Amino acid sequence: MPPLASRIRPILIWLAVGTAVLVPIVAAAASPLLAWRSAVYIAAGFAGIIAMALMLVQPLLAVGYLPGLTRYAARRTHLWIGTAMVAAVLLHIVGLYVTSPPDVIDALTFDSPTPFSNWGVIAMWALFLVALLVALRNHIGVRPRTWRMIHTALFSVIVPSTVVHAVLIHGTMETLTKVALSAFLIMATLKAIFDLRVWRKRRGRPIAPAIVTPE
Amino acid sequence: MTTTLMNRRHLIAAGASAIATGMSGPFVPANAQGLVPTRSMRGGSNNYRPGAPIVDKIGGGGFWMTGTVRRTGDGAPLAGRRIQIWAHTTEGYESDPQSHGATLTDENGVFRLEMPQIVPAFGQPHGHLAYDSGDFETVFLRPVMASVKQTSLEAHFVLKPV
Repeated sequence: MPPLASRIRPILIWLAVGTAVLVPIVAAAASPLLAWRSAVYIAAGFAGIIAMALMLVQPLLAVGYLPGLTRYAARRTHLWIGTAMVAAVLLHIVGLYVTSPPDVIDALTFDSPTPFSNWGVIAMWALFLVALLVALRNHIGVRPRTWRMIHTALFSVIVPSTVVHAVLIHGTMETLTKVALSAFLIMATLKAIFDLRVWRKRRGRPIAPAIVTPE
Repeated sequence: MTTTLMNRRHLIAAGASAIATGMSGPFVPANAQGLVPTRSMRGGSNNYRPGAPIVDKIGGGGFWMTGTVRRTGDGAPLAGRRIQIWAHTTEGYESDPQSHGATLTDENGVFRLEMPQIVPAFGQPHGHLAYDSGDFETVFLRPVMASVKQTSLEAHFVLKPV
């Protein structure tokens, strides 16, 4: 029987991550603004919030911080959550379009009076580019190290753009949980980048990443 | 009168907002050249429905949209000018017909229309106003509330003859 601390640690990690992801969503569900919104508008907003919350686990899965997952399981989960994020962002945009077409057209054409729209659209395109590259990966033959640099670079666009987008919005997200989720996202991303030493051209992988490509 | 379009969330946008709203109220220099026309704001015409009826109040009221209408140059108040107003409120969406109404300016060029409380939608608590009656160039405004707790909002028009 392992010592108590080492048995409790994985539970605490999962609890912390689960809390970080779920609390902002639950807090938004208590927003007074929901009373004056239709189901479609509410769903569109939550699709955006869920996409942002899910984003937090991506760097954690990529580096292997989440205990109890094999590398294969972490990799599959990373792919599925990435796919879910793309689906959520599509729902976000379609739902907002149904609610108010001119506002979404302004946003997509970078002609919106609200600066947060631009950041949301930048994050969207970076996310879609990631999805496209993932889909094409086996056809374009990128070296794993190059792949990781590109993938991380795009994620490094998505995270701050999403954070600025969310923080500037006066919406259903509760301020404290929104700022906390944003801080966790930035910290997790920075830690993953440093721990994986993404920028290193050759050698010196300090820890074995969960997401390994056969070389 | 003050038109405060800044709040802590929009400090980044302050520069752009100042430019966008610069033609209204307090930002206009009353110099020898006279008042410059108010330019339409980005997104001002979103969910516009032409020909909103003149009403005593929109829905149940409780929130006041106020402002002035003057002409370029000498800034003389324009009486009897029709201003259309709409917003996402506690009673409906911007696109809902019942969210729209119009009012006329008085002899001092001042308009006041009671409407339901504006609530944040698409990221900001904001209203929409339009002048499009043809004698002057069309202007669409989109003022933003500094706080969701506000129960009034104002917007000012300086119109240029067609």
